[in-house]
This record gives sequence, structure tokens and C-alpha cells, in this order.
Amino acid sequence: MAEEIIIPEADNQEISINMGPQHPSTHGVLRLVLSLKGEMVQKVEPHCGYIHRGIEKMTESMTYQQIIHLTDRLDYLSAHMNNAAVCLAVEKALDIEVPERVKVIRTIMDELARIASHQLWWCSFGMDLGGLTCFFYGLRDREKILDIFEETTGSRLIQSFYCPGGLMADLNPNFQKKVKDFIVYFRKILPEYDELLSGNIIMMERAKGIGKMSKEDAISYGMTGPSGRGSGFSCDVRKHHPYHAYDKVKFNEVLRTEGDTYSRYMVRIDEMRESMNIIEQLIDNIPAGDFAVKMKPIIKLPEGEYYQRVEAARGEFGVYIISKGEKNPYRMKFRSPNFCNLSALDTLTRGHKIADLVAIGGSLDYVIPDIDR
Amino acid sequence: MPFTFSFYDFTGFTQWIDVTLRGACSPFWAVLWEMVIVGVLFLAFYAVVGLYLVYAERKVCAFIQNRVGPNRVGPYGFFQTIADLIKLLMKEIISIREADKLLFNLAPFIVIITSFLALAAIPFAKGLHPIDLNIGVFYVMAISSMGVVGILLAGWSSNSKYSLLGAMRSGAQIISYELSVGMSLIAICVLAGSMQLSTIVEGQRDLWFIFKGHFPAVTAFIIYMIAATAETNRGPFDLAEAESELAAGFHTEYSGIKFAFFFLAEYMNMFIVASLAATIFWGGWMPLHIPGLESFNHVMDFIPPVIWYVGKTVVIILIMMWFKWTFPRLRIDQLLNLEWKFLLPISLVNILIMAFIVLMGWQIGL
Repeated sequence: MAEEIIIPEADNQEISINMGPQHPSTHGVLRLVLSLKGEMVQKVEPHCGYIHRGIEKMTESMTYQQIIHLTDRLDYLSAHMNNAAVCLAVEKALDIEVPERVKVIRTIMDELARIASHQLWWCSFGMDLGGLTCFFYGLRDREKILDIFEETTGSRLIQSFYCPGGLMADLNPNFQKKVKDFIVYFRKILPEYDELLSGNIIMMERAKGIGKMSKEDAISYGMTGPSGRGSGFSCDVRKHHPYHAYDKVKFNEVLRTEGDTYSRYMVRIDEMRESMNIIEQLIDNIPAGDFAVKMKPIIKLPEGEYYQRVEAARGEFGVYIISKGEKNPYRMKFRSPNFCNLSALDTLTRGHKIADLVAIGGSLDYVIPDIDR
Repeated sequence: MPFTFSFYDFTGFTQWIDVTLRGACSPFWAVLWEMVIVGVLFLAFYAVVGLYLVYAERKVCAFIQNRVGPNRVGPYGFFQTIADLIKLLMKEIISIREADKLLFNLAPFIVIITSFLALAAIPFAKGLHPIDLNIGVFYVMAISSMGVVGILLAGWSSNSKYSLLGAMRSGAQIISYELSVGMSLIAICVLAGSMQLSTIVEGQRDLWFIFKGHFPAVTAFIIYMIAATAETNRGPFDLAEAESELAAGFHTEYSGIKFAFFFLAEYMNMFIVASLAATIFWGGWMPLHIPGLESFNHVMDFIPPVIWYVGKTVVIILIMMWFKWTFPRLRIDQLLNLEWKFLLPISLVNILIMAFIVLMGWQIGL
């Protein structure tokens, strides 16, 4: 009985395996159909839609304040950035200038969210490679950021802290002190990440030269964020189209040219340092003032089309709104970074082993609810 | 024969049992009773050691990972693994429709029996040595390499592609690393001039082999540690059950107590490998003796041999756990490269150097 199923036909030596929707290293309910020749991956076919909630359709019957809460549920690890995209689009449409204080706080929050997201990525990347200890080290440090979020926003994961015109609430009085403490702590702890994983010989062997992506391919696949910058594609929205207070701070766009798993890894590690630089420049200079401008209870965007992009933790997150002058958008589309990054998976993994597929998937750092929306 | 019992020498005690039994019944029944006694003791020993190695691993990994580990069932979670075992015993054994029933049911027994058999040749203390075979090292090697048959069968008969991949990896891995384990043990057999485990232990009365044999013995020890970790399918060589790739590999389809068999056997294999390392390289139950330091040697003799044996084994097990929880996993081709391109040539040269040292009589402490 068993033989009939396992032995393939004589002319076809490939076996196909379902990886997911329940699999420890697809990071959610992603289903990959693999064609294998022994251990070698011949083809990867991602099947999306297992956590599709129709968020884009739901937005059409919701007001703009309500939509903010839905965007949290896309890429839940960069909830602040997703909020920001919608808020910025609405503010742009209504031609509202938010106070300086709001801009600075939004920048700090975005960068904290970025660090937290990269920490979680580091945990899961370590675990994908089989180093389970990474998971606990990363989560231990991420907890400190979540505590800061909880104190100010009242929520740890999906904060919904921004609203059109400003913020939901003012900062907690402890905020500045806690953030400064965290920066001091994390600057000390980040070399530990390098000792445990980045400098490990097994990790280097597993990641260097694996899953190469040239700059041209990265651009044509639309890979953005750390995955794109690992291939040398300069795509940092914060740098090229500054929003919030990014035009007032000095920071480098982390770029690497190798385009392999290791360079994508190192881009994220270096981005955590850059984010800390940004926060350090702003945390002592939060201007006084209102935390929001007074908005009408029902926001009606003027008729037209609006697009706003922000740099989420995984790449360029865009919001496209078509308004007919109603309180609901006529049509809303999210440009999610993970969907484009996932599309490159097949090219990246061809001819590599299953273990490499897992490592490459980890280096792309996909969040499934953002892919399916 | 008078009843004697000493923690320093179990010979008198075991001989007393033997003489008493032979006096009470015919030789056939005496031997049978001895077998039953040893068997029952071993079963109990196996279960206790297996369970508490699992507990130890969970505690050790918790400490490495900034956690507390099991702490609810009993003081410090001491009865956690017993509770787990009871849970596993009560779980349904799922039978798979398309599986090869006979082989599927046979595989966990092959794995657990081989690890059980290997235990028989380990000297636990002076006189506490179930079978003192004159080819003890060879016996342990031969028996422990049988375990791969069970793993391959488990992967094949489950009729799951993940299991099959895990079993294929496991087969390639265990058969390759068997070589290095053997080669590093041969280096010490050359030094000891025997394959009998009791002779090997006695040979370390003045100094342990790892010190006696210059650098070849140290090299052999390091190679043994790497290869033994790989042979027991433990991290960073746990490719056969790589959970992030194969979702548990060869035992994906097993449930309940059959899964527990694989799990226990894995930990017992670790125990066997560690006690073999302790016996061959670190003198087994032999206390640490340094030639020339008479009073020091005398103090060391006061610690009972069982404590020495257990202490050494535990240290080696802790080293193996430390490996597992620190390193990421290797890839299959890197794993085989490491064995065939590095470990095997080094251990071959190592045996030659060791033979040369023994021929010239250059051992330390002679």
C-alpha cells in the first residue's frame, strides 16, 4: 500500500509536499506546495488566502476613524506604521497640518515598533535555523518595548494609537524615561545577538550565499524594506519621501549588496541600531503642544484619489483611497510589502535544500495576515 | 557465604546473591532468577533515568533561555515528566490507514530495545557490571547502530513524506557518524590494549586515558563528542527531527506511548553515549588518580565509584545539552561534509599517531 504512494512514476522523480497551512516555519497560515527532488527544492508555489478577512472590502462600509483599527490587523507587528499610512492619507486629503509634537511622537513610536518587529523577526529566524534559545532572548527584550506601548497606548500589540489629526491620547509621563532606559539597555544587549547568532559559524554557513537576489530582480519583484535593501535596492521611504519628522533627523539607509540571506539578516540587525539613533535624537526634543488637532466627528474626504506610503517594518506599506466625497471610502487598497516579498520566494529558493527554504523564508520575514488581508 | 555490602566494591554483594540463589535452586533456575532481577532493575533504571533526563534537559534549557522551566508539578516541577508520561500513556494511539501496520508498530520497539541492550555492557561501579564482554566496546557500538533500523522503518512505514525525509536524513547521518565514533574509540582501545570495558577502566587506575594519551586522546575525545551528538540525533545535528523544517521528522505520525518510546530512547541513547565517553576517556567509576600524589589519590578513593561514574556521565550530558541549546542546526550537506571531509580523516590520522605513541611507550604516567 505504502509503496504505491511514495514511489513516483518512473519519468517523474519529484515528490510534492504540502508545507503548511499548519507548519512551524511558515510563520502563520501560509501554505507552500513544494516540488522536491530528494532534498532539493524544484519549485515553490505559495497558496494564500487562509486568513483572508476581506479587510479592503470592509473598509468601504466604515468611516475613516474605524478603518484605523482594521489596519492594525494587517501587519500586526508594524501596527503603528499601518495606522500612520491611513492617517497621513486622510490628513493629506483634508490638507491638515498636524502639530510638531504629533510628528515627533509618531516618529518615535514608529521606530520603537520597528525595533520590536525586528526583535521578533530575530527570534523566529533563530528558531527557523534551529537555535531555539534566540527565541527567548528576543522576546525578553521585545517585552520592554511592549511595556512602553502598553503604558502610553493601553495596548501591547495592536495599538490603534494614531487617528486622523493626531494621536488618540497624550504620552504617559514615564514615556521618555522608559524609552531612554530601553535604549541604554538594548545598546548593551544587541552585541549578545551577534554573539549568539550573527557570528556563529553554523549560522554563517547556513546563510551566506543562500537565496541570492540581484538588485534588478529585487526591483522587478517589488521587494522593499530590509529584504530589498539587502539586495542593494535603495527603497527606504523614510529617506526618499520623508513623512513624520524623518526629514529632521540624521540616519543612514542601511544597504547591503550581496543579496543573500545573510545580508538581509544583517540589514535588519543594523536597522535596529539606526532606529535607536533616530529615537535618541528625538526623545529629548519632543515639542510641547496639543497631541491632536480638532477634527469633525464625521470625516468626509473630498472627491478624488489619494495615495500615501510609509516604511513599515517589512517594507513599503501603501494606502490608496478613492473617495466620492462620502464618509466612507469608495474603494481602498493596501499595498502590503509581504505580498511582494513572498512572490520572490520561488526564485530565491530554486535549487536550494528544504533547510535553505526555511532560512530564506525566515529572512523574508513575512507576516501572513498582511499577505492575505 | 556471609552477606557483605560496600559502596566501594559491589563484587562481594553480587557474588553473595549468586551463591545464595545457587544454593536455593538448580543452576538453570538460579541463572533465570538472576536474569529476572537484573532485567527488572534495568527496566526501573531505564524509566527513571529516561524521565529525569527529560526533566534535566527542560530545566537546563530553561536556565540557558532565561526561564524557570517546569515548576508546577511537585517541588521545582520534579514530577512534571512523570505527569507527562501518564498523559502519554493515556493518549489514543492513532493508527494510520495507509501505513504499513507491522513495521509501523515494530519500529518504536526496535529503537527502544537497542538502547536497552546497549545498557547491559556499561560498568556502573566496581562489581556492578551486568555483562563483562571481552568485546564490550564493539558490542555497544554494534547494538547502538541497530537503532537506525528502527528510525528508518518508522519513517518508511508512516507513509508520510515528512517522515520519509527525516528517516532518509537520519540514515545518512547515523551511518556516517558511526564511523567517527568507532574510529575515536579504536584510538583508545589501542591505548588500553583491550576492548573489554572492565580492563579499560582498570587500565585507568593510575591516570585517565584522556590525560595518558597525549593529544591524540584529547582529539579522539573531541571527535567522539561531536560524532556521538550526531549519532544520537541531538542538536545541532537534529536534522532527522528538525522541527522547523520537517515538523518532527520520522516520528511525526506517532502518538501516545509509541511517541514516548522514541522520546525515551533518544534520551537513553544520550545517556549511553555519555557513559561510554565517561568510561573510555574519563575512567568510568575509577577515581581521579594522579601519579606521585599519594595523599590526593587516597582522598579521591573515599568518594564511592558510583558517584564518580554518575558525576562524569552527568558532566558529559550537560555538555551535550549546552551544545544543543546554543547552536543553530546544520544543513544535511554540511553535516556530511563535516564527517567525511574533516572528522574521518582526522580520526584516521589520530589512530596512527596513537599507535605510534603506544609502540614507542610514550604514554604519560608509565
